Amino acid sequence: MGGSSSLLPREALEEYQELTFLNKQEILLAYKRFSELLPKERRENACSTRVPKSQILTLPELRANPFQHRICHVFSTSEDGDDSMSFEDFLDMLSVFSDAATSDIKSRYAFRIFDFDEDGVLDRKDLEKLVNCLTGQGEEARLNSTEMEQLIRNVLEESDIDKDGTINLAEFQHVISRSPDFVSSFKIVL
Amino acid sequence: MSRPPTVTLRVPENTESDGREPSPDNEGALHSSFCQLIEEQSSLVAGAIEVELQERGREPSALLPPSDPVATTGLEPEQSEQHPGYATTLRILANMPSRTIGRSRGAIISQYYNRTARLRRRSSRPPLQQLSLTAQPSLRQYDLGSDPAHTTLADEQSLLELLSLPPAQRSHMLLEVPLSLEEKRSLRRQLSQKRSTPGLRSRSADPTSPCAWCQDCIVLGCRTFWYRFLALVHTSQPWHYALKQIGGRFGSSVLSYFLFLKTLLLLNIFSFLLLLVFVVALQAAYPPAVASPRPFTGLELLTGAGSFTHSLLYYGYYSNTTLNDPSASSPSGSTSPPGATQLPYNMPLAYVFTIGASFFATCILLMYSIYHSFGKSYRVGSSTGVLAIKVFCAWDFKVVQRRSVKLQSENICTQLKELLAEQRLRSCPLSLPQRLRHITVLLLAWLLALGTVLGCVVAVYYFSEHMHMVQQEQGAAAGSEWQQEGVLLALPLIVSLLNTLMPHFYNLLAAWEKQDSPGAEVYVAICRNLLLKMVVLGLLCYQWLSRRVVCSAKCWETCVGQDLYRFVVMDFIFTLLDTGFGELLWRLILEKKLKSKQKPEFDIARNVLELIYGQTLTWLGVLFAPLLPAVQVLKLLLLFYIKKTSLMQNCQSPSKPWQASHMSTVFITLLFFPSFLGAAVFVSYTIWSSRVVLYVGAPPEQPPIDSLCLLRVKPSETCGPFQGLQTIYQTLKVWVELLEESNPNIAWFSWIPQYLVENTIFLFFLTGVVLAIIYLNIHVLRGQRRIIRLLEEQIANVCELCVL
Repeated sequence: MGGSSSLLPREALEEYQELTFLNKQEILLAYKRFSELLPKERRENACSTRVPKSQILTLPELRANPFQHRICHVFSTSEDGDDSMSFEDFLDMLSVFSDAATSDIKSRYAFRIFDFDEDGVLDRKDLEKLVNCLTGQGEEARLNSTEMEQLIRNVLEESDIDKDGTINLAEFQHVISRSPDFVSSFKIVL
Repeated sequence: MSRPPTVTLRVPENTESDGREPSPDNEGALHSSFCQLIEEQSSLVAGAIEVELQERGREPSALLPPSDPVATTGLEPEQSEQHPGYATTLRILANMPSRTIGRSRGAIISQYYNRTARLRRRSSRPPLQQLSLTAQPSLRQYDLGSDPAHTTLADEQSLLELLSLPPAQRSHMLLEVPLSLEEKRSLRRQLSQKRSTPGLRSRSADPTSPCAWCQDCIVLGCRTFWYRFLALVHTSQPWHYALKQIGGRFGSSVLSYFLFLKTLLLLNIFSFLLLLVFVVALQAAYPPAVASPRPFTGLELLTGAGSFTHSLLYYGYYSNTTLNDPSASSPSGSTSPPGATQLPYNMPLAYVFTIGASFFATCILLMYSIYHSFGKSYRVGSSTGVLAIKVFCAWDFKVVQRRSVKLQSENICTQLKELLAEQRLRSCPLSLPQRLRHITVLLLAWLLALGTVLGCVVAVYYFSEHMHMVQQEQGAAAGSEWQQEGVLLALPLIVSLLNTLMPHFYNLLAAWEKQDSPGAEVYVAICRNLLLKMVVLGLLCYQWLSRRVVCSAKCWETCVGQDLYRFVVMDFIFTLLDTGFGELLWRLILEKKLKSKQKPEFDIARNVLELIYGQTLTWLGVLFAPLLPAVQVLKLLLLFYIKKTSLMQNCQSPSKPWQASHMSTVFITLLFFPSFLGAAVFVSYTIWSSRVVLYVGAPPEQPPIDSLCLLRVKPSETCGPFQGLQTIYQTLKVWVELLEESNPNIAWFSWIPQYLVENTIFLFFLTGVVLAIIYLNIHVLRGQRRIIRLLEEQIANVCELCVL
């Protein structure tokens, strides 16, 4: 760790510690893993380089995750829309998925990740895509259309309080607050 | 935006903390940031709205499902002319903070500022009855017609709001606001520029003050050292990587078993250290004269007898005198150097106090962790809306291996299908004959289970009587010492065998029974297993106290200690055998013979109950074998690595749904309620038994067994710290009397044992207090559930009103 800490400036390290939920060790480990994603010649200024999405998805923690594309899209601050991530985006992601992050932050970002069409609410199409992500890509593992219809109807009945046919952030957070397991399952540890 | 308008309601809090009922006039102040928001966004979105309205004209009108009650809110393009404010309404509502997620930085910050500031200032929630229906954000307040040009950006406003917070709150808010890190950094830079007071940097950059420079160096050095120390502490967490590996492959459910094991390990280490420091180490420093120390052979590790009998492991080794007493004529074998300080140490008192203190501390730790765990795992309303919770919260992001992810997807799919099928069944209930059949099957299964428990208990009783007779015959026939010790292993063997085989039988029974929900299956299995283990342990405790145990040593306490040691060791051996046969062999059979890709599932409930059983044995035996927690620590360490290896090689995660935090609470409650409390009752009875004896006339020589089977437990005459006393408790009474005599000023001290400890009323009072607290909490939770339901109805009603 001594080598990588000399590359990450101390003020930046302290600032990251203040602004994220990660501690110093985790930030240094994140820096190490991030710079390993870059080719050797660009490792010196890893702080300001952007890593393309294909490289990010080779990380073992994201490789098999069905929400990998959504996660990259939500946390990427790239203006080009290519979902490339800088080191700060990477830290952002780890911070939200860390142990110390509050349930509020986690539920907000979970909402954004599940909002496939990015309209600010979860409507039927979003829910259908979400269930398909959960059950996997195999044809035999999916729910058939009757079951999907029944499931979405039930989910909306249970969580849509203002009865507008969609689930907004407050309703989503209300559902999440009923589950004590959410905080421990919405976690990625490097 | 092709959806009907919605209103995200917030029950507003008064910005002043006097708790007055919020009136519509205050809403303007409260929602000022929303006004800024609307002004900023209105120009951006106005164009988009026009485009959408044009598109709507092209779309077919019957797009929304007719069953949607809100669909008929005049979304046809013709009606937009009839409602002139419609476009503005859409615009306003589309810019409500709930919709601007990820879009407007100023919106997010101001929303966060309001919420944080409100949370900080409020002291109590206003009661529900005081909030009137009008105290809600109403559209009347907003300027529907005109949009005054505002030059102040929402960003500037929010920055000023941030500056007004104290620094600790400011950094906390920066941490929690859901912006990207880049934006947070720029915000922080802007804040530090705006700050009028010179920061530390300018002070430290002053070169003309060497004192300040020294001070800064020291502060910096301390901070660096502190950060390094914290980083070290974080990485030195035991088993951090191993637990991460297990969580990554099997998810939170299997991880909860290993976390429970870690908790037990810490509890045992704590008890062991307490006993080591106050009892064991001191006795080791002043060893009593032992007759003839026997040579060590390997069998002692199994039987606990032989050379272990007269060792620190058991009760009999500890002396009943004051160690290192300056007035003692012949300190037993210890040669204190001349001139050394003589610190007498009362061993019997230390023994009973340390054991009492370790039980008390364990009790407090367990109650605290139950409270903590219950707070984390219980949520109001978690039993309703199961499907939504499952869809949103079921995915465990910790699982990273490709095969495990696939398995998790399959499990979630199966669970969703099961829940949907259950729901369909509930809508069409079973017919009468089917229900009768189901109830009969359930009753039969329970009768069978209870019958087997009774059968096991009777079998254990008769077997122990038989072994008792065999032992007496062997003792009379003067058989070899090892034969006698070997025979003593038979009872632990049988009990462990029953404890290992019966759970598998109960699993078969559960498969035949087919409970309604998988959650109920787990509870029923736990109940049956626990019942069996506790009843068998109860019988064994009765036998130990009635001194049916005969062994070579003269001390009955050492015999009981040895028996418990044997039980602990046998339990460990059988756990290993169960892991070997249940997991390894079963996987080989499945792979080679049946050629199936499935591996055996890791049965979490059964393994946790085994841990609880082992821990109960340790707590029962602490009084008679003070080093038993050390044995348990070694056992748990070995068990962790063996279970982890077997898990990685042989098992897959369970397919049934498992609520990890809920089950953790259940397990720690089970650890406290039958296990720890039972052991505490046993130990208290052994110490205090003179209070509960019932006999008429002169006390007989032999321990009396009256009609109620209450026994008097008298310490042995010739060994242990309490030789010659009537009961162990007498030590304390004698000490208190001595204190009274030596110093009449603290005569009040004798009040404590007399009224608090000996009097059972204090115990009843404590129990009453605990029950009252539980009752109050239940009522608070009921009230919260009612409030949630009322609020939901309110929201639904207001939305309908808005629509009309």
